Amino acid sequence: MASPKSRPRDGYPGRALSLILVVMVALVAVMLGTGNTTPRLGIDLAGGTSVTLKATSNQQSAINPANMATAAGIMRDRVNGTGVTEATVQVQGNDEIVVNAPKGTSSTQLANELAQTAKLFFRPVLAEQVQANAATLPKSSASPSASSTGGAKPSASASASGKPQATGSGATASPSASKTQGDAVSQDLKASSSASPHASASATAHASSSAAAAGTPKAAATPSAAPTGAVSGQVGGTVPAALQTQFAATDCTTEAGQAAAQLAANKAAETDQVVACSQDASGGTWVKYALDKVAVDGTSITKAQSNLSTQTGQWEVDLSFDSHGSGQFANVTGQLAKNPQPPTNEFAIQLDGKVQSAPTVSSAITGGQATISGSFDQASASSLANVLSYGSLPLNFQIQEVVTVSPELGSSQLTAGLIAGLIGLILVVLYSLAYYRGLGLVAVASLIVSAVLTWSLMSLLGGAIGFALNLPAVCGAIVAIGITADSFVVYFERVRDELREGASLRPAVRNAWPRARRTILVSDFVSFLAAAVLYFFTVGKVQGFAFTLGLTTLLDVVVVFLFTKPLMTLLARRKFFNSGHPWSGLSPERLGVRNPLRDSRNSRRPARPAAGKEA
Amino acid sequence: MSRFGNIGHRLYTGEVSFDFVGRRKLWTIISGVILVAAILGLTVRGLNLGIEFKGGEIYTVTKPGVTVSQAQTAANKLTGDTSALVQTANSSKGEQILIQISSAEKIDPTVGQDALKSSLGLSTDQISTQSLSASWGQDISQKALYGLIAFMVLVTLYLAFAFEWRLAVGALVALLHDLVITIGVYALVGFEVTSGTVIGFLTILGYSLYDTVVVFDGLKSATNKLTRQNKLTYSDAANLSLNSTLVRSINTSVLALLPVAALLFIGGGLLGAGVLNDISLALFVGLTAGAYSSICVATPMVAWLQEKRPEYVELARKVKQRRAAEAKAAAEGRTLDDETPQGEVTVPAPTGGPRNQPVNRSRSDRRSSGGRR
Repeated sequence: MASPKSRPRDGYPGRALSLILVVMVALVAVMLGTGNTTPRLGIDLAGGTSVTLKATSNQQSAINPANMATAAGIMRDRVNGTGVTEATVQVQGNDEIVVNAPKGTSSTQLANELAQTAKLFFRPVLAEQVQANAATLPKSSASPSASSTGGAKPSASASASGKPQATGSGATASPSASKTQGDAVSQDLKASSSASPHASASATAHASSSAAAAGTPKAAATPSAAPTGAVSGQVGGTVPAALQTQFAATDCTTEAGQAAAQLAANKAAETDQVVACSQDASGGTWVKYALDKVAVDGTSITKAQSNLSTQTGQWEVDLSFDSHGSGQFANVTGQLAKNPQPPTNEFAIQLDGKVQSAPTVSSAITGGQATISGSFDQASASSLANVLSYGSLPLNFQIQEVVTVSPELGSSQLTAGLIAGLIGLILVVLYSLAYYRGLGLVAVASLIVSAVLTWSLMSLLGGAIGFALNLPAVCGAIVAIGITADSFVVYFERVRDELREGASLRPAVRNAWPRARRTILVSDFVSFLAAAVLYFFTVGKVQGFAFTLGLTTLLDVVVVFLFTKPLMTLLARRKFFNSGHPWSGLSPERLGVRNPLRDSRNSRRPARPAAGKEA
Repeated sequence: MSRFGNIGHRLYTGEVSFDFVGRRKLWTIISGVILVAAILGLTVRGLNLGIEFKGGEIYTVTKPGVTVSQAQTAANKLTGDTSALVQTANSSKGEQILIQISSAEKIDPTVGQDALKSSLGLSTDQISTQSLSASWGQDISQKALYGLIAFMVLVTLYLAFAFEWRLAVGALVALLHDLVITIGVYALVGFEVTSGTVIGFLTILGYSLYDTVVVFDGLKSATNKLTRQNKLTYSDAANLSLNSTLVRSINTSVLALLPVAALLFIGGGLLGAGVLNDISLALFVGLTAGAYSSICVATPMVAWLQEKRPEYVELARKVKQRRAAEAKAAAEGRTLDDETPQGEVTVPAPTGGPRNQPVNRSRSDRRSSGGRR
């Protein structure tokens, strides 16, 4: 395709064409490779999952329309923060919220993410105690830490390896050396929730997670001492008097005990001290915490992002605070850092009544950033980041039911729509060919390139960010074809204008480009501006529309610059077009140019098509 | 087709010219009538908002053996149109049929439940009703409105910067014109407004501006350095520019309208896919209005604003003088073009129009007479 004699004056059409060809092949290959071969369709076209959540609250008056609307808004953000997933959220009845998400969404994950209240608090740790379930103990008893840690210090370890601030490297963890770099310990304990220093410079948060606590003497040393019930380690720190009964009574090893503790912690006011259990059991052990009043509220979080720590290889969630939260956070960490010993230099990240992780602090964290680590996988980390980004729900919700729903539109309607769309496209092709002849083929080829790019990008985005197409979006895409075709029309008309002025084809193609390019860029900029502004300001379906508009506008520019223009340049060198063949769409006669040299305007009406030679 | 091609050429050179700019009154009347009708429709009849905006009732039918089409028929009988959404749902409790009916239908839930019960032969425990809030709530609409306002401000600034404020005004007027007409048609026809319709409106917004900007781009270069000649007033030059890009405008509109028309008339009309109507009608009306307004509203509006500027008033005076002289010369049997050096002044090529070619007289005569008509 590429001519060996590319002249710089024409640019290098071969290069542009091969570039876009490579991009197309690459996109299609990725599309096939990842298995996202079709765009995701919205609920109206493909059906999906419907989750019903029921609000619960100890005060019945809290379940009011205002709170339900707020909750619905937050849930909408959670399921459709990007605006492109076509998920919808509605209040049903007085106390239910129905969330509809298109097919392909993992319904259990969706339901859990929605039901999560996401009340996040940072509380200083007053005391902590490891508890293990007897049944699972043998596993952890194998841990070398059993012998190495004689003290009450549960958080003896699981610190991140490679952590810059970690001081002390006693391989045999001394009981109270909180900052022990207990690699061996943590590994053996499978401390999946090992700490992660925040990547930012100021980060010293030293998240010793619940799992770390396994290295407590009792838990490990007496694996079979108590075949039933919980086995508890020594209490580290001082449990405040008010909490002592509750602390002693709480059993974090059973689901009932956890639920009770969670409920109590959820109910407690922010100024209360609470008892809470760790979120996960790693190696069969839980940690029970006595926590001080809330030091920083999750509402001060401005941004939450899931992240794969390069140091620990674990998924974690990075948080950024607003200025108020940063100040509070710096304060509390500064205070905590003065305490020499764990657990009193730890702060707990309490999410929905459970302690997600409790990092130790060795100096004040002033950067306004923190990291939550824990036994996350990618999905749970991004789900947590997502719920934290959009704030907490004003009410607690229970999953009522999860059902699969059929498409809202009957299949006959969809078929009719597709047939009609197809007819429309055929009409477009016929019109371009009839009017522009050979050039029409260039237009059709450009449209095909555009279609391949759009299809593969939309399919890939469906997999990557949940981008879904509903019927309006499909119709919009069809109109976008018209807008894409417009760029070709602008260019073709410019070329023909040049020809009308008597230029021969190659210079005409070359000279028409700068003007056409300007027009295309100016008008596409306006479209793109519309897309960007609407995407930035709006939510829900409007945002989804803006995304599609922006995508098709960018593709339009790409196709015209990298495909249509180079193709024209190449074709202008072919005899079929260059000589102004009547079917090329560029013959001076057909354009009505009265060329004195060829004065044959009326005598050469093509009686029979001599077309199909090439295009 | 070849005739059409020739027309393209003749439009380009100005041999054939439709006087768009000069017929300002005609366009004002046409647009005015449509706008008044649209606004009347909006205020008197109002929009028929769908369930997404108004909420409604959801009826859950649990009787085994009831099919979607049976339920749809029953719901259609109840509402008298096809606006009810019918879905199946599979849960642990077995298959259910969900029927959503907009509160705009003003059907009392108990009445609706009874009607469905009798037409589907259900017992009381096989149907339940719950109210459903709008999925497209007030907050979404409000944010969309803010977005729209922000966009209009920004695009006006951009156009004022890229072109000038008069053109920005023209583009904005054309845009509002298109939106009001499209929305008004919905009120008049009474089609249900769904989220698809709103997306259609927004598509129009993008398209209308896009089209106007393409036309203005030609207009800008056609009127560049216009004051250096005395053959064409601003309106003449604008008209010439419109005509020379008319083929593009027509082709673009046809290419955009063909698929939409297929959706509306074949899909929604012939094949009976009613749901396509509310989307494609917005697109069809809006695209047509957009094509019309960029030529017949935006450009005449700009010309009208520009003609008020002192330099163009002065230009119009000179052109008038020259034409009077020409007419006089013609009456005396001379041709002015051959004698006066003024013929050297070229029309700054509209979209690169015929360069260095004196404008021939028959053309300007025709135009000026056309303008008076």
